[in-house]
Amino acid sequence: MAGGSSINVLEQFELHPVLGGLGEALRFSQSPLYMIVAVCLVLAFLYFGMRPAAVVPGRLQAAAEVCYEFIHNMAVDTIGPEGTAFFPFIFTLFFFILAGNYIGLLPFSFTFTSHIAVTFALAMMVFVLTVIVSLKVQGLRFFAHFMPEGASPFLAPLLIPIEILSFLSRPVSLSIRLFANMVAGHVMFDIFASFVIMLAGFGVVGDVFAVGPIAINVALMALELLVGVLQAYVFAILTCIYLREAVAH
Amino acid sequence: MSKNGDDSFDARLKAAERRSGLEKKEDSAEKEDAIEQSLPGLALRAGAEMLSALIVGVAIGWELDHWLKTRAVFLVIFALMGGGAGVLNVWRLVKSIDGK
Repeated sequence: MAGGSSINVLEQFELHPVLGGLGEALRFSQSPLYMIVAVCLVLAFLYFGMRPAAVVPGRLQAAAEVCYEFIHNMAVDTIGPEGTAFFPFIFTLFFFILAGNYIGLLPFSFTFTSHIAVTFALAMMVFVLTVIVSLKVQGLRFFAHFMPEGASPFLAPLLIPIEILSFLSRPVSLSIRLFANMVAGHVMFDIFASFVIMLAGFGVVGDVFAVGPIAINVALMALELLVGVLQAYVFAILTCIYLREAVAH
Repeated sequence: MSKNGDDSFDARLKAAERRSGLEKKEDSAEKEDAIEQSLPGLALRAGAEMLSALIVGVAIGWELDHWLKTRAVFLVIFALMGGGAGVLNVWRLVKSIDGK
């Protein structure tokens, strides 16, 4: 975090080897460590949630069932009946991102979704999947989508490249959205936290005014809790929308 | 009630159907709308759409120039087309919200 007089708000996104010598040898940074933590948390939540398998669910089981049904409904409502085939993928994607966003809000932790390498890899996974599904379902007719219907053939040399670029920009926009939201949120946390430290240097008056940035950070935390789930939701619903276009005949 | 019995029955049936089956769908649609229409979220999304198409265009143009040793010809063409694709993306985004 921000230290003393020099404040570097981007320092929090730097990767360092963790777990001592072993981590250094394997180039194992916080990012994969927290990915593993996120996966373990989600798996533990589902395992311990569903272990009782009671007809009348307890609290944890009810939570796990709500999560399952939420994503299941989203997949089936958006994609259609074929959505059940993609449900495991979308469920994994949503909860991986959600866990990553929320773990990053804990003090001393690291947000792996704040790295474009991570979000772009996730988005490329979605993109490659949609292209494969499109080619499998629609065959060569898939390429006909790049020429808008009813457009003059004379415009084709202009329209087709633009349509292709628009299609190729999907993974980029998907990854930038998640990455930018996470970075912006954490940078704001850091800026307001550094205000507190700076104000504390001004004696009693500073201490009084330092309450302001602290209050803002509390409010920001609420906002970030919303943004975290919203971005995971947007990522998942856009994946559903792209898959719906892929399975449409 | 007795004046237009059939009409009121239809209305009540429709209301019941909505309550049991259709209302859920309307709810979820409204929820999506609410998420899309929060103005800062929409602005950020539109910005990301526009920027990403431009990035893709510039990247393709840059690579083609590098590969074919043509200085900046493809960069110019693809940057313009990327901008066009960005506008197309935003138009699609806004249209999908308007259409709902």
